[in-house]
Amino acid sequence: MMAFSIAWRQLRSQWAAGEVRVLVLALVLAVAATTSVGFFTNRIESALVRQGGMLLGGDLMVNADHTIPDAYAEEAGRRGLQFTRATEFPSMVLHGDDSQLVEIKVIEAGFPLRGELTVLEQKVEPALMLTGGQVASGIPAPGTVWIEPRLATRLGVNIGDSLEVGERHFQVSAILQREPSRGGDMFSIAPRLMMNAVDLSSTGLVQFGSRVKYQMLLAGEGQAVEEYAAWLKAQLGRGERVQNVTDARPEMRNAMEKARQFLGLSAMVSVILAMVAMFLASQPYVQKSLDSYALMRCFGASRRFIFRILMSQTLLIATLGSGLGALLGFAAQAGLAVLASRLLVETLPPPGIMPAVAGLAAGFATMLAVVWPHLARLRDVPALRILRRDLGEQYQAHWLHFVPALLVLAVLIFWQAGYARLAVIVLLSLAGLLLAIAVLAWLGVRLLARLPQNVTGSWLLGVAALKRRPGLVVAQVLGFSLGLMALTLLAIVRGDLLASWQQTLPEDAPNRFIINIQPDQIERMKQFFNKHGLNQVEIFPMVRGRLLEINGKPLNLEDYQDDRARRLAEREFNLSWAADMQQDNQLLEGRWWQPSDHGKPMLSLEQGIANDLHLKLGDKLTYDVAGNRLELEISSIRKVEWDTMRANFFAVTPPGVLDNYPASHITSFHLPGGQEQLLNELVREFPNLTVIDVAALLDQVREIMNKMSHALEYVFAFSLLTGLAVLYAALVATREERVKEATLLRVLGASRRQVAQGLWAEFAIIGALAALVATVGAAIMAYYLSSQVFNIPYQFNLPGALGIMLLSALLVPLAAWLGMRRFLNQSPRTVLQSI
Amino acid sequence: MQTPLAVEAVNLDKYIENGTDRLDILSSLSLQVPAGEKLAIIGSSGSGKSTLLSLLAGLDSPSSGKVLISGTEISHLDEDGRAAVRGRSMGFVFQSFQLLPSLTALENVMLPLQLAGRNDAKEKSIAALERVGLAQRLSHYPRQMSGGEQQRVAIARAFAPQPAILFADEPTGNLDEHTGERIVDLLFGLNAESGTTLILVTHDMKLALRCQRRLRLHEGKLHEEAAA
Repeated sequence: MMAFSIAWRQLRSQWAAGEVRVLVLALVLAVAATTSVGFFTNRIESALVRQGGMLLGGDLMVNADHTIPDAYAEEAGRRGLQFTRATEFPSMVLHGDDSQLVEIKVIEAGFPLRGELTVLEQKVEPALMLTGGQVASGIPAPGTVWIEPRLATRLGVNIGDSLEVGERHFQVSAILQREPSRGGDMFSIAPRLMMNAVDLSSTGLVQFGSRVKYQMLLAGEGQAVEEYAAWLKAQLGRGERVQNVTDARPEMRNAMEKARQFLGLSAMVSVILAMVAMFLASQPYVQKSLDSYALMRCFGASRRFIFRILMSQTLLIATLGSGLGALLGFAAQAGLAVLASRLLVETLPPPGIMPAVAGLAAGFATMLAVVWPHLARLRDVPALRILRRDLGEQYQAHWLHFVPALLVLAVLIFWQAGYARLAVIVLLSLAGLLLAIAVLAWLGVRLLARLPQNVTGSWLLGVAALKRRPGLVVAQVLGFSLGLMALTLLAIVRGDLLASWQQTLPEDAPNRFIINIQPDQIERMKQFFNKHGLNQVEIFPMVRGRLLEINGKPLNLEDYQDDRARRLAEREFNLSWAADMQQDNQLLEGRWWQPSDHGKPMLSLEQGIANDLHLKLGDKLTYDVAGNRLELEISSIRKVEWDTMRANFFAVTPPGVLDNYPASHITSFHLPGGQEQLLNELVREFPNLTVIDVAALLDQVREIMNKMSHALEYVFAFSLLTGLAVLYAALVATREERVKEATLLRVLGASRRQVAQGLWAEFAIIGALAALVATVGAAIMAYYLSSQVFNIPYQFNLPGALGIMLLSALLVPLAAWLGMRRFLNQSPRTVLQSI
Repeated sequence: MQTPLAVEAVNLDKYIENGTDRLDILSSLSLQVPAGEKLAIIGSSGSGKSTLLSLLAGLDSPSSGKVLISGTEISHLDEDGRAAVRGRSMGFVFQSFQLLPSLTALENVMLPLQLAGRNDAKEKSIAALERVGLAQRLSHYPRQMSGGEQQRVAIARAFAPQPAILFADEPTGNLDEHTGERIVDLLFGLNAESGTTLILVTHDMKLALRCQRRLRLHEGKLHEEAAA
């Protein structure tokens, strides 16, 4: 109890003196950053998933090749989830003498749970059916159907006309322009016909053996949906699978993944900075405490007793800092809610207690790992220090003292980033950076030592000060560099990297796909596009094939544990050919073909599918293409940026290999907003074409990008604060020594001006050195992160880097001068008494 | 009957080795201080006075030789062991007062008593502060006091646990002459009341003359000074 009371009193007094304040501030910021990022990431993620759900029609979709067990729906009901069922199957529909294969979707009231159906209910001429629709207020009334424009075009039907579906006649009541659940294999879609579930049995279409896909869509609060999905996965029987939006749409998955990485990175930077600030702030705190503990030792206090005092102090600071931090993080939720209402369509789920608990735990762990190893050395202060002031003064931190901090950092980073590779990269870079800074600072000091002695005036004072204490300079450059580097890195990430990311999906990214283009239509199509100012439209051939054998062994689906791998192996491949590799592809292994390889059985495979199906360079794949066996050898592996929305293929051959097989063609292009009319013309001229609209998907991805940049700004504010705390801590760490020295100089007759100039000189050199290290370090890290982690092209921004460097070199001495000014303005006597 | 020895040093050596060089501070120094004696150790600056004091008080260990406190050897104890001996039987008054800035006058005086686990820490401390004339300043912090007042708190702190031995290292070194005299009066007055063994290290002959015995430290050895 006495140890605690002494600990408390000492803490109070050191709070008043200022040493503890920086430490607590850094801790508060670290905890606030982790807590609020925890809150933020979780909540915004679930909001984004929900938004993404608009593409799926719900947060979760269960697919089955048989009726979905009632137990699934009952369980969903018990868990308070909304659900609705749908059935899909292909069938022929008739209109007079014309018939057409359609993809029928049978829905219940309430469909879709997320997103909306867009329909056109007024009768217009077929060429105008692609535009001018409205959000549907329900589902097709019994006895009526909604059909896609191309079905209307092909069969020549319009609103009010009758269609024969199975054993029944239905009236077309609306033209269906957009539906959220239209995902899946977009290249094999027959036009859609949508009907009410109550009509299904009367059509007589669904009978034993029919190829019917059964679906159940679910929606609800994020946590509940996740728990349900986990429950469901354990129940799934044969032929059943469950999908969420990120499974369903790789574009969304990529965007969300990047968003998460950005947020994780910012949070990580905050934590690292806070830890550096805490370390720096703990140094003067330890220094100031030396005398007190020496005195206690002198009066008979045991090491054990001192340990108890120090531990009480550590825990007190941890409680104070973490408590305030968690409160601040929680309070930031109010701000977040306001932010969210501006950012998101839907309200965020309420904050849980977990991030606060996690934040508190992180605070204690950080304090114990970062500060305790250095504080603990106060146990060993010799009592003799009372008589010999120099004892215990020279403390060289052993590298082992930093191990707990690195471990906690690793855990925190992993927790924040949820991504081991990013965590390892950041940790390694940090270690490399520390080494680089130490070497650079050491070189700098060596260089200064060689400086000619005839430098005159006050500047000499500053340079001399640097030469006098190289260790301190290295430590200080380290603190400043880390602070500045983190800020620079954030500025780059926030600006350049984010912009680069958004550029991967530029305004003119393709937003329409056209499939089913016949070979004899290609030239006319090109002319059509040219006529309408759409010049750079590329048209790719496509031949469908089924994978039969790998290296002569029949394909065995049981070889694949992964559900996705099985589906990939099972479904038909779209094989394409090209002389040159597409620009947005990147060759990873093997070689692309030469003109001389024309007609050779070579194959270039996309990296992801090669990994999923365990395929490697040199493997021989046998496809069934239009009833013929075709053997191809994998000659290269490519990386494809699927989120650029351009047409891309898993498997590509050289020209001349697939010439004799029936091919259709595909293209993707950007249709500027307001020109939808063009599509009507296109369909009128080429009635067989299928136009697939991915504008909605693109908008979703863009929306995520935008929201993420806002979210990043928010987290960035914390990082900025912690960065400033580091800079401040680096200043405070050596302030006392500098004040003493400046006072001595003034006693010896130096003017305030001379002392101030000396100070400026010293810090200008430290600032310039730190700025140089920081800029180079940040640029390297940004490059590495962009190319290896985010997969975003990154252009080094030289003027920006120089600007930041210059600013840092000025900012550091300015801050130092501001911090010391009040001591310089006092008489030497006053200052002497106060130290 | 012979008075028991409060402090005894036998063949003390203290040197500092720096590579091949060796600097002898104390060599084969022996000393006997009977209980209740007032002893002054004088010497010029750098003669090793403070080193000797630190060895006698167990703040440091000798290079060779031994130190006995009330007949028990302390030189072979570790830091914690010596701290325990200090806590039990020694008090200190330093040149630079050495008060904890975070504690009030009362709390500073209470500290050694509390460290020794005494239940009467508060009463004893209040009494000690009253004795040095600071009854009205109990809750003041060191920074709110003058140098003389701070040293009085330090004296109260030194006497409150009623130590067997009191070590004073230049107790007036940081004070003006007038204040210094009053502090010395107080120190010797309290010492007379309690009968504590006093070992005073100073270069101030006037102060040394108030002790029963004076030893001059010169070139690492002690020499008896004739009474004035």
